[in-house]
Amino acid sequence: MSFDPKLQKSEPQLALRYVPESEGEAASSQPDGQRRILVLGATSGIAEATCRLWAARGDKLFLVGRSADKLNAVAADLSVRGASFVDTTAVDLDDCSRHAEVLSHAVNALGGLDVVFIALGVLGDATEAEHSFAEAQKILQTNFVSVVSLLTWLAGYCAQRHHGTLAVLSSVAGDRGRKSNYVYGSSKAGLSAYVDGLRNRIDREGVSVMTIKPGPVQTAMTEGMKGSSKFADVETVAATLVRAIDKGTDVVYVPGIWRIIMGVITHIPEFVFKNLNL
Amino acid sequence: MKPPFESWGRYPSYDATLKPLHWQGDFPAVLEGAHSGALAVGMGRSYGDVCLLNEGTLLPTTSMNRLLGFDAETGLLTAEAGITLAQILDFAVPRGYFLPVTPGTKYVTLGGAIANDIHGKNHHLAGTFGNHVTQFELVRSDGEQMHCSRTDNPDYYAATIGGLGLTGVITWAQLRLKPIVSRRIDFQGIQFHGIDEFLSLTQQAAHIEYTVSWIDVTSTGKNFMRGVFMQGDHSQVPAALKPSPKPKLVFPFELPGFALNRYTVGAFNTLYFHKQMKQRVSALQDYEPFFYPLDIAQHWNRMYGKRGLLQFQYVIPWEHAREGTIACLQEVAKSGLASFLAVLKVFGEVESPGLMSFPKPGITLALDFPIKPEKSFALFDRLASMTQEFGGRLYPAKDARMTAPQFQAFYPQWEKLARYKDPALTSGFWERVVGADGGAR
Repeated sequence: MSFDPKLQKSEPQLALRYVPESEGEAASSQPDGQRRILVLGATSGIAEATCRLWAARGDKLFLVGRSADKLNAVAADLSVRGASFVDTTAVDLDDCSRHAEVLSHAVNALGGLDVVFIALGVLGDATEAEHSFAEAQKILQTNFVSVVSLLTWLAGYCAQRHHGTLAVLSSVAGDRGRKSNYVYGSSKAGLSAYVDGLRNRIDREGVSVMTIKPGPVQTAMTEGMKGSSKFADVETVAATLVRAIDKGTDVVYVPGIWRIIMGVITHIPEFVFKNLNL
Repeated sequence: MKPPFESWGRYPSYDATLKPLHWQGDFPAVLEGAHSGALAVGMGRSYGDVCLLNEGTLLPTTSMNRLLGFDAETGLLTAEAGITLAQILDFAVPRGYFLPVTPGTKYVTLGGAIANDIHGKNHHLAGTFGNHVTQFELVRSDGEQMHCSRTDNPDYYAATIGGLGLTGVITWAQLRLKPIVSRRIDFQGIQFHGIDEFLSLTQQAAHIEYTVSWIDVTSTGKNFMRGVFMQGDHSQVPAALKPSPKPKLVFPFELPGFALNRYTVGAFNTLYFHKQMKQRVSALQDYEPFFYPLDIAQHWNRMYGKRGLLQFQYVIPWEHAREGTIACLQEVAKSGLASFLAVLKVFGEVESPGLMSFPKPGITLALDFPIKPEKSFALFDRLASMTQEFGGRLYPAKDARMTAPQFQAFYPQWEKLARYKDPALTSGFWERVVGADGGAR
């Protein structure tokens, strides 16, 4: 998709201090209840299932993902299901230099922003990442560095307007480093800490920042993993997320049982934990 | 150990590698590195081995379930092939549309419905599912994408409808839905005794959209072939078109193998026959219990225990339909084996576009039995030979037993299907009834 250069002229400043509303776009929700939702990593299993519920209630959606073919399939589905507006941009978000351009284009296309759902992430190859820094770096780039770049822009945009919900998909894997998958875990730990901190800074500016921590969910990402048939059903997770995002809950564990499981896991003393096979 | 993918009858039990398809572009790339044959599969609701492949690569399609287009004026719905009929109903019913043909479960995929050219209670008026599939895309293992309809690649269109998934992978399809104004069905249940009462009820109901009969196959003597004739039309009185609630019941565990025997099933059948106290009852009924009475409990096949169940379904053309049906049901009664779900229906004249479609004008009988190798296999083999003698044929989607000579006699057009078959695709069924090299010719 090509960008209209005219649109980019209205790109908001990255100033993080309070700037009075200067543009014509609406800061509050659309009067007819349709929300303007930007989804980053929109072809992931959790993002797609969540978007279907938003589409069914007529929201406006802008989807960003890596593959144009996949985005087209998802976009077709969402418009059939009732989304009042769907547009897409195919871009590799690992390239942070593109972020400002992509985000300002999306915001202009939506005519403002009510919700951002950040669902990019890779599981990576845990064993490979133990020995190969290149693999570890790839995981950290996608799951952490790129998201920090996106959130820097988005937090500025929303704080300036005192409006918006930034819902960020982290993971229960970030709650404690485990031998089986600590590179992925650390990318999510960093992300959770960043998002928590961001919330503490801009919540008072009227921006909801949500840390979402799913347990294992049945999606393409977890396919073939041991016990994957017992993982949470993606449609149930999506329904929980839609409710939580409506409310702007600070920290969401889905399914909720994972708040208790991780509460236990984080309290196991390290001298015991290091001898476990988790 | 539980196999990675089971058919609904849970027999036979095969090991296989699963490589799910998530996107239309995943096939044939997904086959890279796979040395065995492959087969696209859906919900695993066919009963035998048409959705299985021993030591092969199965390609589950249920993640490929996106809606691609819907025209609210014409009811034309386009969707990826892994969408289930339940998901289509969730979308279509609130918009005033219904499936043009539906089987007795809504948990089958669009692709599976085409590959087995399924039929429903309205076969006598609407034909098979394939009659309502206007177009689809078929992707071959060499990467060729074929658009198929009655005018575009019509030979592949015909070979794929009822083609048992062997002609390629269906990525998306378009289906013509039909308008409804209510979820409700104007329902009548009528008790009958014997085949002649069944046939005369069928004749009187020729204009009614849905007809099907349950019969009690455990009773003999004066109760032989007693049953309940069920008929219904979509209610024409406008009413709320809400989506269905999600099913909550799950059949929680496997019953032991002896639980379903002629006495328990006989008692059930007597109760079921007399459930309606009057000879004729009328009611307005939601479509869920009318079409999908068993979908209320997930995994109901566990009722049949670990060994699973065998389904048997024939169609016998009119010439021998009456005598053939009586003879087969006498054989069943004589065997002492009990069948819960004995279903009798008359197929109509509407011709399917599918090359290998199962229905033809005549009487169809469907039975199911818990698997007890010596007894049920022997009965099945007798019923299969009788079907052949009466000029009928069996339904591949419900078969785990027919022999290669029987299949080739039932479906002499199989050699034509073999010509359209994709060389990389095969199934347990195909290898059983044609041979592993059968498709290569």
